Order: sequence, then C-alpha cells, then structure tokens
Amino acid sequence: MSGPAIEIEGLTKDYTTGFWLAKKKRSLDNLTMQVEPGEVFGFLGPNGAGKTTTIKLLMGLIFPSAGTARILGRPVSDVGMHNEIGYLPEQPYFYDYLTARELLDYFARFHGYGAAERRERVERMLKKVGLETAGKIQLRKYSKGMLQRVGVAQAVLHDPQVVILDEPMSGLDPLGRREVRDIILELKKAGRTVLFSTHILSDAEMLCDRVGVIAGGKLRGVGSPEEIVGVQSHGMEILFELSGAGAGGIVEKAVRIGGRYRIAVEEGELYGAMEQLRAAGAKVLSVTRVRQTLEDYFLGLMGAEQARASAVEVGEK
Amino acid sequence: MNSRKTMALLLLAVIPAGFAAVWCMQRGIDGQLAEMHQEQDELVLRSGKTLRLLSLEYGAFLADVYWTRTVQYYGDRHARKVANLDTLGPLLDVTTTLDPQLLPAYRFGAIFLAEKAPQGAGRPDLAVELIQKGIRNNPDFWRFYYDLGFIYYWELKDYKKASEAFLEGSKNPKALIWMKVLAAKIAAEGRSRETSRILWREIYESTQDKLIRENALRNLKLLRAEEDCDYLDTLVGRYEKSAHRRPERIEELVSAGILPGVPVDPEGFPYVIGADGKTHVHPKSPLLGYPKGPPPPR
Amino acid sequence: MKRAGIVAWNTFREAVRDRVLYNLVFFALLMIAAALLVGQISIGIEEIVIVTLGLSAISLIGILMAVFIGVGLVSKEMEKRTLYALLAKPVRRWEFLLGKFAGLFLTLAVNTAAMAAGLAGAMWLVQGSLKAEDAAVLVAVYFILLKLAIVVSLALLFSCFTTPLLSTLFTAGLYVAGVFAPEIRAIGKVTGNAALDAVAMVFSYLLPNFDNFNVIAAAAHRRAIPGMLVAQNTLYAAVYCAIALAGATMIFSRRNLK
Repeated sequence: MSGPAIEIEGLTKDYTTGFWLAKKKRSLDNLTMQVEPGEVFGFLGPNGAGKTTTIKLLMGLIFPSAGTARILGRPVSDVGMHNEIGYLPEQPYFYDYLTARELLDYFARFHGYGAAERRERVERMLKKVGLETAGKIQLRKYSKGMLQRVGVAQAVLHDPQVVILDEPMSGLDPLGRREVRDIILELKKAGRTVLFSTHILSDAEMLCDRVGVIAGGKLRGVGSPEEIVGVQSHGMEILFELSGAGAGGIVEKAVRIGGRYRIAVEEGELYGAMEQLRAAGAKVLSVTRVRQTLEDYFLGLMGAEQARASAVEVGEK
Repeated sequence: MNSRKTMALLLLAVIPAGFAAVWCMQRGIDGQLAEMHQEQDELVLRSGKTLRLLSLEYGAFLADVYWTRTVQYYGDRHARKVANLDTLGPLLDVTTTLDPQLLPAYRFGAIFLAEKAPQGAGRPDLAVELIQKGIRNNPDFWRFYYDLGFIYYWELKDYKKASEAFLEGSKNPKALIWMKVLAAKIAAEGRSRETSRILWREIYESTQDKLIRENALRNLKLLRAEEDCDYLDTLVGRYEKSAHRRPERIEELVSAGILPGVPVDPEGFPYVIGADGKTHVHPKSPLLGYPKGPPPPR
Repeated sequence: MKRAGIVAWNTFREAVRDRVLYNLVFFALLMIAAALLVGQISIGIEEIVIVTLGLSAISLIGILMAVFIGVGLVSKEMEKRTLYALLAKPVRRWEFLLGKFAGLFLTLAVNTAAMAAGLAGAMWLVQGSLKAEDAAVLVAVYFILLKLAIVVSLALLFSCFTTPLLSTLFTAGLYVAGVFAPEIRAIGKVTGNAALDAVAMVFSYLLPNFDNFNVIAAAAHRRAIPGMLVAQNTLYAAVYCAIALAGATMIFSRRNLK
C-alpha cells in the first residue's frame, strides 16, 4: 500500500452561532496532516482543541467548510471505504435495549459476513475485550468502562486497516487502560494504522510513533514525541541520601527533601559529581535524565492559547 | 415518623378518605347540574356539517354514537311520558349527516318525527325533509319512497303526493308489487281504512325496531277502534229513531237493549259518546297517547 | 438495499422491546367489551357498530403509534449519539433512513394485522359467522395501513431536522390538514377571489389527501370497494412516501451531526 493511510489537506470547519446565525466560529483551521500506514499516531490537544472535530470530519459525520481528507486513498465521503476503517466515538453510546452480543452481531451484518463467521467473530471480540460472560446482558446495564470495551470491540470487529479511536482511554480504570493499550500495540504488530486522540500525555508517549499536537483549531506540530519536545537535555538529576558530614560544594548545591538530596548537574559533569558523592559517603538512589516532557511543551502551548481555547470549546460541542 | 408508617397512613387513611370526599362532592355536583339542565337538551352542536368536520375520519363512529343517543332520547321521553320532542329532529339530522347510509335513522325519523305529539314530534315537514335526504343518499333503497308516501298519506293528507311517491318507488325492480297497487288505490280513493290498515301492517312487519312496532300496533288497534265507533254510530242512530232524542252516554244504549254491555276498545277502555253525538274512543285510552291510568271498572 | 433491511429489522426489534405491541392488549379488551355490549347499547345496527368502532380504533391507535414513534426515529438516534457508530459502518445515510421507515412500517403492519384479526373475531361473535361481503373490512384495514405509511414518512422527514415536540405538531397538523383536503379544495372553488382559489386548489392537491383512504363507513355497511380505488390508493401512498423520503434524504445527507 503506497501513500499515506490518512491524508488531510487544508481541512477547515466553521460553525455559525449567535441568534441570527451570524457569528462564525472556526473550530478547525486549515489542518494539513498525514498518517503513514502501519504507524500509531497520537492526536494530542486540550479539550476543545479540534481533535474530535477532525475525527468526525474523517468519519463523515460532519462536513468540512474547506479542504479535503482521504483515507486509504479514497475520499472520506466514500462510504464503501468504511469497510476498511474502524471507529470508536468519544463517550460511546449504543442501543441500550440490545445485549453486547446482539450489538456486535448487528454491526457485523453491515460488513456482509455470513451467520457462522459473524458468530465466530463476535465471540472472539467479546473474549478479547473481556466481556464474554457479560455478552448476554443488555447494554443499559453496562458501566462506562464496559461500554468503552464494547466500543473498542465494534471498532476492530471487521479487522480494519485503519482504526480511529476518539479518547479511547476515557472512563477506564487502570486495568482497562492497560487492556486498550495492549490492543493498540497488538494492532500495530499486525501492521494496522491507528489514529487516536487523547489528552493523557503519558499514553501518547508510550504508544505513539508520531504525535500531532493541535490547539485552538490549529496544528502546532507533528513528529515523534522526542522531535516534538526536542532532545534538549537539561542534564542529569541525582537523588541521594547522606548521613554524615557534608561533602563540601556539591552537597551545598543540592536541594534537601526530607532525608534525601536532589541535585542537577550538566551531563559532562556527571562522573565528577558522582566521584564527589562517593567520597562523601553518600548513598545514590537514582540518576535520571532531565528532559522537557511533552507535558511541559503542552502546558507552554496551553498558556499561550488559553484565551482562544474557551471560545473554541463552545463551537466544538 | 418512619416511611412504613407514612405508607400505611397514606394507603389506609388519606387515599380512601379522599375518594369518599370526592364521591360525596360528586353527588352534590350532580344535583347542581341536574337543576341547571332540567328539561334542556344538550345538543350543543346542532350542525351536522360542523360535527362531520370536527370528527376528522371518525364520522361513521360518531354517527353510531348519535344514533344510540337518539334512540335513548326518544325511549327516555317515551317512558317518562314527556311530550316535548324538539331535539329529535336535530339529532336525526346530525346522525344522518355523519353517516348518510345509516338507514334505520331515516326510517325512525319517518315515523316519529311525523307522528303527532305525544307519541312523536309532530313535525311531518321535517320527516319529509329527512326522507328526501335519505333518498338522495341512498337512491336504491325503495322503502324510503314507501316511507315518504306514508307520511304524505297519514299525517299530511296530501293524497296526490302520496300516490306519486308510491309510484316512484314501484319503479325500483326490487320493490314489492303492491307499491304500484297502493299508488293507484290512493290516487283513486284518497284516505281509506283499508289502505291505512295495509300501510300500518307493512310497517309493523318490515321493521325489527321495538318502538316502531309498538307504535304501528297501536295505530292498527286505533283503526279497529274507529271501525267500532262507526258501527256504534249506527246503533246511536237506531236509538235516536226509537227514543226521539240523542243519547248522552253509552249506558243508555245498554238500558235500551241495543247493546248487551258497554263495549270496550282493544285496550279495555269503554267507548264514550262525545258532545257532537258521535262515538269516540275514551279520552284516557292509551290508543290516543300515553296511558293516563288504568281502565275504569266495568 | 440489503443494508436498509438490516436497519429495518433492528428498528422493528427496538419497537418490540419497547413494549409498543402491548397496545394490542388494550385493543383486545376493547373489542371483547364491544362485542359483548353492542347488542344492548345500539339496537338494530350491531353489525355496523362493531365495524365502525373497530376500524376507528385501529386507525386512531395506528396514527398515534406512527406519530409518536415516527418523530423519534432519527432525532432520538442523533440525540443519543447511537448514530455515530452506525454511520461509521459501510451504510449510506439514505439506506439508514429507508431502514428506519421500513422498520416502523413493519411494526405498524404487524400491529394492524393483529388488530384486524381481533376485529374479525369480534365480528364473528356479533354476527355468528363471517360472510363474503365482510371482505370490505379487510380492504378498509389495508387502506388504513397505506395511510399510516404516509404518516410515518412525514414523521421521519420532520425527525431529520427538528425536535420531537415540533415534529409531533407538524405531523399532526399535516394529518388534520390532509383529512380536510377535500374541504380546502371546495373552498378553492367558491371564494370570489381568483388568487385565493388558485392557492387553495394547489395547496389541496399538494397535501396528503388522507380522505382517500377513509372507507370506514362503506366497510361498515359492507359495500364492496372498487378494485380501481385499491390500485390508485396503493400507488398514491407509494409515491407520497417516496416524496417524503426523498425530502428526508436531502435534509439528512447534509446534516452535520452534533
């Protein structure tokens, strides 16, 4: 398969609001982005940044004011292409009078599977998301976490090439989140393309080959997590315990927290500092690299965008 | 105050007490309404057309409701011996506007709109209008011509129009043969007891409506009573010849040996001699209207 | 088209699980009571009354169901967002609409057929047997079903762009106006004003003429209904439904989901 799995070009979405529908709010501004086949792409941004708007545009649930988008080389208006993509909506809600088994069977029918294959796939999915025994209970009795799992199941039921997940971790307990993470990794191993949006940065750092950061309706940056934050290293941080007398210079520079000390040194000075501490009889607890995390980058972005973010949130919903 | 106590209190005391109060109040209200309504007939909407519009698609059902109401209205007044039947006409008009094919309604109106009070509304003109409406909407139902002819003959005494109606009806191949015979007979003779008897007998036999049959039977009996009176008049004449004066009471004829006893009409009421010297049916006899009491002892 | 059928079947299943069909219990009780009491209450016209009552009830219950369920067909899915996951499947928006329409129509057809059976039972009780001329009642039921199809298609149309409350008002309004179409047409001939005449005439022809489907009185009097009318009404209903569904498709295809 050549060419990007998802290709977005100049995608723009305006909403009209106000009493006479005179005011225009731009919830997505000229987004241009690609997702390569086989990669896990994280779509990051604060609430109201335009993540869900972008995903809804990709799924044909809303229509762009300008720009185009293609998935697997076909325009997003091509409904036949939906056979190859899976979608998990944000805070999913399904027909509550159906059981999980019935819902998955219902959705499976649209992909044209025969009865036997449907049964087999549905059981396999239920098992995969841990809902085997709950399969015969009506969805109205499901907890949020269980609904999320059903959502994931219906998204991958038909083995799609591209899987698009909108806030897949929301509402899940740590166990649930781990399960979703495992599923995403499994998909990656199988060579599928995954696009998911989140505002939980640690998930993005852990799973994504690349991330795109969006805020205020505009794309702020695309690249691997490291590229985004830069490999700026602020040096190393040493955490140690010291019982006896000070070792002179180095201890004075350290910050004391209870019985421990923390000190930051330039990378080049690391071994020298370690030597001093050894001489002072300090017990080194840990040595870690200090980097700007995605979080710092993010917060920096958010600070700048704070004023505009709230206005966009209104248009987004 | 725990919740079980509250539940018990509500269920066993508050709710039953409430219903008891509502029951008493309703009886009071019913009394008030009865006073307000009196003899008033609540036929708020007299326009059949308006009702038909308001009833959307359910006109046929509403017609059945109004027909039931009509029959109850008449039956109730009949039982209470109330003479005022003014609402009968509008009720029948509404019914037949809502369902122009409701044949029993037209036939009921033909009899009871035309019949004199207190048995009927005494409006033969309305009866004619109703039957003509019936003919317009059901041109194939020949019996309406019968009913029309009957109204003209019996109440309106317009023998020309009566004969025409019977003749028109006889043109329908489904009509009974004697329609033509009746047309000729009435054209030739006008009113005759024989014709009247044939007409009332046909009405009696062609309907299953209890009220109509009762009325037809009464009229047939009245015809027989009138025949009796004719015969008694000849006897009165015989008395006059022999006694050289007019008798004032039937008993005189009995004393004179002309009659074995005081004859009674089919309802058991004795005939009387009126101020005009002719024999008449007893004024209290049910043949003339509602029974006003038991027959006097013999 | 097959996908529309999948949506239709699920719509039917939803109605059943919503216990919509329990209205049949009420109808059965009504018919039993009517069959037993009609002789006492309406003298001389028992056979007529049982049919007018039965058909009127079938019509009224059907309209209520068509409107109240119909107005939620699309708006409920949009509000509850169940539509998101569904439209992500390979199903076109018009297939979804057609499926919703067919599903509710199927529900109404099943419901109406059951009620017709109940009415036949009541007629049998009142008359002692069923005669050939009673077939007119079946035709009347079929016409009611055609009428319901049009009402459903209109409710669906409104459901695509407005709230259930407004949809109910609009659909009910169109129903009443449609019943009065002949009167409107008559008005269009007698006012002195030529412009008003023309407007009234045009309006009366564009409205769904529900009066075409009302043969309750004829069926009650067991008068045969001409086959030509059956064919014409079937075609009319099909075309009118197609118009409403086309409108719904136009509106819904470009609708941004919240």
